[in-house]
Amino acid sequence: MKTAKQGVYFWQGSEACAEAAILAGCRFFAGYPITPASEIAEHLAKRLPQVDGIAIQMEDEIASIGAVIGASWTGAKAMTATSGPGFSLMQESIGYAFMTETPLVIVDVQRAGPSTGQATKCGQGDVMQSRWGTHGDYSAIVLSPNSVQEMFDLTVKAFNLAEEYRTPVILLSDEVTAHMREQVAVPSIEQIEIVNRKRPKPSDKAFFGLTEVPPMPAVGEGFNVAVTGSTHDEYGIRSTADPLVHKRLVERLNNKIQNHAEEIAHVESYNTENCKIGIVAYGCTSRAIYEAVEYAETKGIKTGYVRLKTIWPFPEKPIKKLAESAEKILVPEMNLRQIFHEVKKVAEGTAKIIPINKIGGGELITPEELLDIIIKEAE
Amino acid sequence: MNETFSVKKYLRNLKLPFCPGCGAFTVMNAFLKAVHELGYEDLSSFVFCSGIGCSAWIPSPYFIADSIHTLHGRSIPVATGVKLMRPSLNVVVFGGDGDIVGIGLSHFIHAARRNLDILVIMVNNMVYGMTGGQVAPTTPFKAKTTTTPYGNFEQPLDAANLAVVAGANYVARWTTAHQNELKEAIKKALCLNGFRFIEAISQCPTAFGRRVGFKDAGEMVKWFKEKAIPIEQAKKLGEEDLTQKIILGEFIQRKRQTLTETVYSAIKEASNVEEN
Ligand SMILES: Cc1ncc(C[n+]2csc(CCOP(=O)(O)OP(=O)(O)O)c2C)c(N)n1
Ligand code: SF4
Ligand SMILES: [Mg+2]
Repeated sequence: MKTAKQGVYFWQGSEACAEAAILAGCRFFAGYPITPASEIAEHLAKRLPQVDGIAIQMEDEIASIGAVIGASWTGAKAMTATSGPGFSLMQESIGYAFMTETPLVIVDVQRAGPSTGQATKCGQGDVMQSRWGTHGDYSAIVLSPNSVQEMFDLTVKAFNLAEEYRTPVILLSDEVTAHMREQVAVPSIEQIEIVNRKRPKPSDKAFFGLTEVPPMPAVGEGFNVAVTGSTHDEYGIRSTADPLVHKRLVERLNNKIQNHAEEIAHVESYNTENCKIGIVAYGCTSRAIYEAVEYAETKGIKTGYVRLKTIWPFPEKPIKKLAESAEKILVPEMNLRQIFHEVKKVAEGTAKIIPINKIGGGELITPEELLDIIIKEAE
Repeated sequence: MNETFSVKKYLRNLKLPFCPGCGAFTVMNAFLKAVHELGYEDLSSFVFCSGIGCSAWIPSPYFIADSIHTLHGRSIPVATGVKLMRPSLNVVVFGGDGDIVGIGLSHFIHAARRNLDILVIMVNNMVYGMTGGQVAPTTPFKAKTTTTPYGNFEQPLDAANLAVVAGANYVARWTTAHQNELKEAIKKALCLNGFRFIEAISQCPTAFGRRVGFKDAGEMVKWFKEKAIPIEQAKKLGEEDLTQKIILGEFIQRKRQTLTETVYSAIKEASNVEEN
């Protein structure tokens, strides 16, 4: 077997992520064991060598993302996978990848933190860290799968976005989505949209500017590319005092994402124009909304939702739209209010924003719990 | 040898950032001279990785070459990704003592253990130069630095011996007072495989030399010469006789299987398993 063939598989979320990475063209993985993300490393350790790729276990998460950065500069698509504690260790390097415009994918399989917390239990506490974890002015692209199928689809998407925008992309998964088993439909390789980074022409010299997303050479190709996390000009030459160079670089890095926020921000919406109660949910928590909404409707409560597939850049538009119709918006999360504040920023004054939070023991918010709140709030 | 050698052919037309008298100039020259004498007309078969620190600036962006100037301490992990995916390239890491065996120590040990095919050149100026002269893991016992105003109460690390124990294929230590030996060691290391480590004891007149009582860079280099003792001779002496010495020479040369060899044979095996 080379890459996964077209067909329907019964896969674990981690396996779907790993197979999708291979189909998307990933040929390098470096990681460090951590629950609940280790299955991705284990699967890729077995599979990558079969497709002439390399998987290596490094001495820690800092080394892991470092090796991924190095691999990306050889022209390879590369990724790592971790959970909260390791994700924290990677933050400095995420900023480096952003600053140097190094495409790569980081899977964060969230567990219950802070610190070691409940290592085997599900949580959604890394939402803000995925946005603001590194220092300095930064813009993040973060995707949030809620099924095994989406572990597959959004992994491919994560690689595509990383290549298109030359930036690190985070797949913000969670213990439940990465560990559960579901059916996954794998399209034929011809049907999968695959984006590759823009490559330079032989005469190109500006690999860090002049265009919104500059072409990216690989080392060893004769381009004499100078890569640095220090502020640099369009040609990669360090410029650590000139205010204009810094402004030009950092604004472009942020704008290349923010100016395309609407294209990047994907959601699944239902009945957003004609509902009394709205829900904004993402990841494992959003699995409860389908049943809850269905039951609420049988009770005559007009309910709609926006389910975030992209968390960052934050999908403001669909939430604004939901708020125009819904009187109240429920925001269920397995943390102590993170996306809640974002929804509030966008929709407060138009709708009442109600947080629903549950942490500990990896217990999901159930459809029944959600339904009870919908009924109560609809009264 | 070409007598008209000038490092200029390998360098971008930029002003170098080092203070007058800095040992980084010497190490840079030794490397480029080594490359020249080995017959490399340009640096196109090299990739340079470095971290943060004055010494980490040696290749980046000054060398006309591919260079990745990474984070403080993280040059070796990045070099790992580069070398594994492009085994045909010559991957060379430059870094200071703080970069390589302070914050980056664990990567250094593991890369030596893996016998990753890279050459690491560590400029050991015994101090954190860039940040203004704080104590480093390599600072001599009792030396005064900005963060050890009453003298360093720790013992310095012997990076060369550590590399030997960890598994490096080649380890040598020279000083900026031994330019020719340093250059020859670099030449030799560039022709070998596996993890190769060269420690260049160097002077930071600005942030270290002055504070520990050296008038200028020249005095420090003289001090290196006086303290130097060849490894062959050192082996015959006891620990006490060596406390104030700088042991120089080749610490090891061996032929352990390298990481790229073992990784690529594993890939081959994996594809065979599939075919059967
Ligand atoms: C994570 C992190 N911590 C601290 C620093 C600050 N810093 C920059 S260079 C340096 C030490 C440099 O010492 P060394 O590696 O020995 O290089 P030298 O300047 O002496 O050549 C430090 C601590 C940093 N850049 N990043
Ligand atoms: S501070 Fe020290 S190490 Fe840095 S350039 Fe000056 S002399 Fe060299
Ligand atoms: Mg130093």
